[in-house]
Amino acid sequence: MPVSLTINNRSCSAPDGATILDAARLAGIEIPTLCHHPDLSNVGACRMCVVSVQGARALQTACTTPVRDGMVVDTMSADAVATRKFVLEMLLTDHPNDCMGCEVAGDCELQDLVYDHGVQWPEHSGQRHDWPIDPDPNPFIFIDRNKCILCSRCIRACGEIQNRDVWSFAQRGFATKLVAGADEMLLDARCESCGQCVAYCPVGALTDKMSRGKGRTTQVETVRTTCSYCGVGCNFDLNIRGGQIVRVTSAQDAPVNGMALCVKGRYGYDYVHNPERLTRPLVRAKWLTGVEEKVNSNQWTVISQAEKRTATHRSTNGASATALITDNRSLITDDTFIQTDWDTALDVVAGKFAAEKMAHGGDAFAVLASAKCTNEENFLFAKLTRQLLSTNSIDHCARL
Amino acid sequence: MTNSISDLANDSRCIFIIGSNTTENHPVIGTKIRRAVRQRGAKLIVADPRRIDITEHADIWLRHRPGTDIALLNGLMHVILRDGFADMDFIAQRTEGFEEFRAVVEQYTPELTSQITGVSAEKIEQAAHMMGENRPGALVYAMGITQHATGVANVMSCANMQMLLGNMGVAGGGVNPLRGQNNVQGACDMGGLPNVHAGYQNVTLPAVREKFEAAWGVPLSDKVGLTVTEMLDGAERGDVRCLYIIGENPMVSDPDLRHVQHSLDRTEFIVVQELFFSETCHFADVILPAAAFAEKEGTFTNTERRIQRVRKAVEPPGEAQRDSWIVKQLASRLLALGAATPDPDAPWGDWEYDTPEDAMDEINALTPIYGGVTYRRLEAGARLQWPVPDKTHPGTPILHTKQFSRGKGRFAAVDHIPPAEQPDDEYPVILTTGRVIYHWHGGEMTRRAEGLLAVYPEALVEISLEDAQKLGVRDGDMVRVISRRGEVEAKAQLNGRVSRGLVFSTFHFPASSVNWLTSAEHLDPLAKIPEFKVTAVRLEKVEEPIPAG
Repeated sequence: MPVSLTINNRSCSAPDGATILDAARLAGIEIPTLCHHPDLSNVGACRMCVVSVQGARALQTACTTPVRDGMVVDTMSADAVATRKFVLEMLLTDHPNDCMGCEVAGDCELQDLVYDHGVQWPEHSGQRHDWPIDPDPNPFIFIDRNKCILCSRCIRACGEIQNRDVWSFAQRGFATKLVAGADEMLLDARCESCGQCVAYCPVGALTDKMSRGKGRTTQVETVRTTCSYCGVGCNFDLNIRGGQIVRVTSAQDAPVNGMALCVKGRYGYDYVHNPERLTRPLVRAKWLTGVEEKVNSNQWTVISQAEKRTATHRSTNGASATALITDNRSLITDDTFIQTDWDTALDVVAGKFAAEKMAHGGDAFAVLASAKCTNEENFLFAKLTRQLLSTNSIDHCARL
Repeated sequence: MTNSISDLANDSRCIFIIGSNTTENHPVIGTKIRRAVRQRGAKLIVADPRRIDITEHADIWLRHRPGTDIALLNGLMHVILRDGFADMDFIAQRTEGFEEFRAVVEQYTPELTSQITGVSAEKIEQAAHMMGENRPGALVYAMGITQHATGVANVMSCANMQMLLGNMGVAGGGVNPLRGQNNVQGACDMGGLPNVHAGYQNVTLPAVREKFEAAWGVPLSDKVGLTVTEMLDGAERGDVRCLYIIGENPMVSDPDLRHVQHSLDRTEFIVVQELFFSETCHFADVILPAAAFAEKEGTFTNTERRIQRVRKAVEPPGEAQRDSWIVKQLASRLLALGAATPDPDAPWGDWEYDTPEDAMDEINALTPIYGGVTYRRLEAGARLQWPVPDKTHPGTPILHTKQFSRGKGRFAAVDHIPPAEQPDDEYPVILTTGRVIYHWHGGEMTRRAEGLLAVYPEALVEISLEDAQKLGVRDGDMVRVISRRGEVEAKAQLNGRVSRGLVFSTFHFPASSVNWLTSAEHLDPLAKIPEFKVTAVRLEKVEEPIPAG
């Protein structure tokens, strides 16, 4: 049974069990919130959403108060508005005045509410927190407790979305502190570095460490795409500035994952810009003609230290052992890799394939397509294999 | 997956995970399962030899011995049948082969099953009852089921279970393999397999061959091609002379790397199309620099058959090019050289593609399950899971709602077969393999992601406390793992996940990839999938050199 009520002199109805906040939003009436998030449970912690309810002894938090039939609500009563301003002033008394340099300026719910309510920076000489900034070695999550407003959205995101329960509050009153585990480092507290806490933080208390200083929300373009790691198919927004991916942000309307991502999806994007990326085709000298001339005229480049078929390649355990070293003065043998232009490399491949097909037929070929490539690309790989190389020997890592 | 990820989140009353380390390898599905358990009381049963993370949320954890999945499933089904939990209506209406199957399963008493699997008879009964009492139930698996010499039979056992419980074709049910790569589903769908064209159209069927011959204007082979493991064997023999390797790194991810090395060494001509100078690149004749996912347009298909857009956000570095550009350039050169001469009247004989959308037009025309998957629909926000037979079809979130692909679902009577690789006195320990949350597959990308590498910088091998004590090894000490094919060294990790006689490690780091140890000979006879999950090894402590002076 829907419930009928009046909000700001307007008749509205809302489903049974809805909160005043739900009913107001259904009716298109905005009530400011801070600790509320539609994905998370309501705790009524921040008191931003207080409203006057006829007959109630005190202001009610709209996010936790269920609607009743005949309820009369005023979201803009003088009391409610004054209380919100007071709450904001109180928050600012223990908040760094750092909006100029803050990572989330322009994307900060506190900043927006302060602006909307015309709250001035309070003259205040009382006690302020002075937590150490970035005290946690986790490479993905940057913590600045001085900016924490104790809204508990991170705690609920970790508990209710990720179901990991890393975050909680320790102590009481002014001493209240957001802690990981038993006030330990994130990874020791079994954090999976998914970054859900960062995604739900309304202020600059938790930010993406890799992205700091690389572009605020207002400075980036976003491109919605699909993750390149596992097969779950999470969608997210690549944040682009200056031709570089500077951040990954999750999106509530992502079909599979909503706001949730894992550590690889949210923080594993930097391989794209790794300086070891291959940037020009490489061809062994034995397949080329006129190498010396092209090298001497600097059209091609010699790659040293990429020997072919050495007995074992077991020294490359780390991330940086495969950097290609260009050295046009080094000795060129048959197996030396030469960086060439595309036409040369493609002609070598097509020429060899055509000759092998003529001499040995389609059975001479085998193609490994790629579970990393797109559908369209894989379709074309299969077409090339079957139509032009005349073999069905195409497979990929589905079995690996 | 026969069903959708949202089914696990919202509809399954019981979730049975067997052979999937879900929270590490499909983390977002893992969180959805945790949420289903904690917030709406779904039952969770996990069968895994290791105490993986998700076991802490399980109502019942069945710690079976590696390679005893069929016995475990048969034992569970024995109890389901015995205690009247089988869905006899579903079995009568939707399936065949039941009696033969029943005859096999009836032999797997909880006591016999317990002997084979090491799981107590009591737990087997409890789990079977939980599945019977909580329907619909979803079965979730991954490579822990498939990477065995009995991989196909393991999968059939999973299907048996869900048919027996009537858990097929309903929201919250299904047989749900979790695919490990972003577009492994799509690569299969698009015919990146030796036996089928796009849309699983069998290359040996005359009607299929004629269809693609008419489309592409050339005669096509009706001979099933080589699988990845057979390609390397062919290369070793010298039959396969040219390998064109796109975005794969067999020198890390294929079994028995010495064999891979030997095979690649003997190949006349190898082309590798890659982002990085991978371990396989050492064996290449030509290396073509390719574009990463953020540098191109297209679509990926996820584990629940959902086709989603991939969009270009940045330019490729230097002269690196999109794979579609590269393959089109090669095709036009091969055509110019007369490697093939397609009939000019064939509707899709040429290679005139300006955009990925042009390729999708051809996919729509030739691939019935993708018939209605258009960019226009995807851009308009359509959420499409194949089959999407035409341009008005809404897609298919749940398969087999009315009938199975072949009509009736066939129960397969499958018996336990021990792993092909057996331990002995010399190699008494079982090695099982997988991935960890901070790395992905051969590690080509994650080892080049700074934060991921910082958190997990080197290979670790999980060892039980008992085995570690026997070796005199503490957490973080170097150990040597030796199989019949090779040896690797890695740091011991004593995290309590494996039991005595079992070790676990990964293939994320080339020098200590478990694939120096695994076998390329023990394959499933049908699927040719390697038996990655069972390798006999022995352990040694690596003695630290005594500092001089």
